[in-house]
Amino acid sequence: MYRFRLFAARHSRSFERLYAVLETSMVALHPLFRRIGYGRVEKVVAPVEKLTKSLLFDCRMCGQCVLSSTGMSCPMNCPKTLRNGPCGGVRPGGYCEVKPEMRCVWVEAWNGAARMKGRDKIGTVLPPVDNTLKGSSAWLRASREKAETRNEATGDARRTTIARAFPGARRSEPTAAPLASEPASARDPRR
Amino acid sequence: MTADGTGPGFAAGGRLERVLRSGRFAITAELNPPDSADPEDVYEAARPLGEIADAVNATDASGANCHMSSLGISALLVRAGYGPVLQVSCRDRNRIAIQGDVLGASALGVQNVLCLTGDDVSAGDQPGARPVFDFDSISLLRTLKTMRDDGVFLSGRKITHPPKLFLGAAENPCVDPLDWRAERLAKKVAAGADFIQTNLIFDLPRFERFMTRVRELGLHERCYILAGIGLLPSAKTARWMRARVPGIHIPDAVIDRLEGASDPAEEGKLICIELIRAVRDITGVSGVHVMAYRREHQVSEIVLRSGILDRRRITR
Repeated sequence: MYRFRLFAARHSRSFERLYAVLETSMVALHPLFRRIGYGRVEKVVAPVEKLTKSLLFDCRMCGQCVLSSTGMSCPMNCPKTLRNGPCGGVRPGGYCEVKPEMRCVWVEAWNGAARMKGRDKIGTVLPPVDNTLKGSSAWLRASREKAETRNEATGDARRTTIARAFPGARRSEPTAAPLASEPASARDPRR
Repeated sequence: MTADGTGPGFAAGGRLERVLRSGRFAITAELNPPDSADPEDVYEAARPLGEIADAVNATDASGANCHMSSLGISALLVRAGYGPVLQVSCRDRNRIAIQGDVLGASALGVQNVLCLTGDDVSAGDQPGARPVFDFDSISLLRTLKTMRDDGVFLSGRKITHPPKLFLGAAENPCVDPLDWRAERLAKKVAAGADFIQTNLIFDLPRFERFMTRVRELGLHERCYILAGIGLLPSAKTARWMRARVPGIHIPDAVIDRLEGASDPAEEGKLICIELIRAVRDITGVSGVHVMAYRREHQVSEIVLRSGILDRRRITR
């Protein structure tokens, strides 16, 4: 909902804290999720994530959530789906070029980011969206990646070109610049 | 300098890059693309610009209106001996098409590329078209930089002969969010922009505020900034542009001045000349980018009258 979306960006610091708690818990649950199989967990988590985030952020389930880097204002609501900042067409007062009645998603994002602890993350150059991930759970992807690469120093050879070309994104939004392409087994219920 | 015109530290070695790197005040101008398949129409439009411009911008369906493609125009300009700036908008092509087009452009002799997000399809005369926006201007910049410097596509596949490109981006210093425009520019520089051509500037105080922030962030030392200068022929056109063209801020004072003038066309030129002289004196501005919609023939007059060519001063 539009009103909730504006609310979220205005209370970005609280949502940042909330997400940190959620991610820590999900990272802690990694061994369990692994035993159950991430594919099975996905079937439960993805609908919950979709419901919550659609309500709060008008989430489009791109599967590569970068809300922590965009002041809790979802960039997929920008009619141009810009991932790195506002276009040059923002209307006076901070309204959208394409939908003049809507606040510019990126004006809200930059204001939201200024309230957050990770306020500098909005300066990170983010890669284009991987459209194959649409509809999948970004929460699981992020926490799983964090759990799996926590103690792992990865050599440059193992990095994908996206991870090398967008090193800032690799650090602050790892799922947007993954080390390897999505494992085929990621959604395999047997795992 | 090496045989292919590039010295150490040069991205491509075209005239625009050489002028900027030597510290001279650069001039670029926008060519209005023909609705025609006749190369002569491109040459004719380029002729008056070639006298004064270090590079000529070939627009990519700006305002979401269809014209001859920027790649086609750029190739013709190279053939005629001009240094084109190939404008690439993210609106109409996806990452597969753009990476391929840029290789093609480089093979045809294009040395400058300007990475743009692009106006939305709703701004043009075919609003029913499907918008693409697979890249945004910043991820596009980083991708082209990766192709140039690392010699790979975004997929990781090797490019046997990487393109040599002087990479540009746009910034719109006079529209909202005014407080974040310089920060956004910083992001473009981080993504790989070598030079910046700004959108139209009619509001000097706003531009000066922007440039102050740019200098605080040290961005003027990491990229070359060309200030966008436009020609307004009448108050009516100015009002129309302000209402219809996305991202154009024209203060009322400018419109009033045009309205009160006995010869608005001459007044428009005077405004333009004053703006050129004013931005030349702002620290961190390395050149001007002149955009005169359907008035290319007046660009050289304006530039010559402004006096910036008389003595190309060392700016850095």
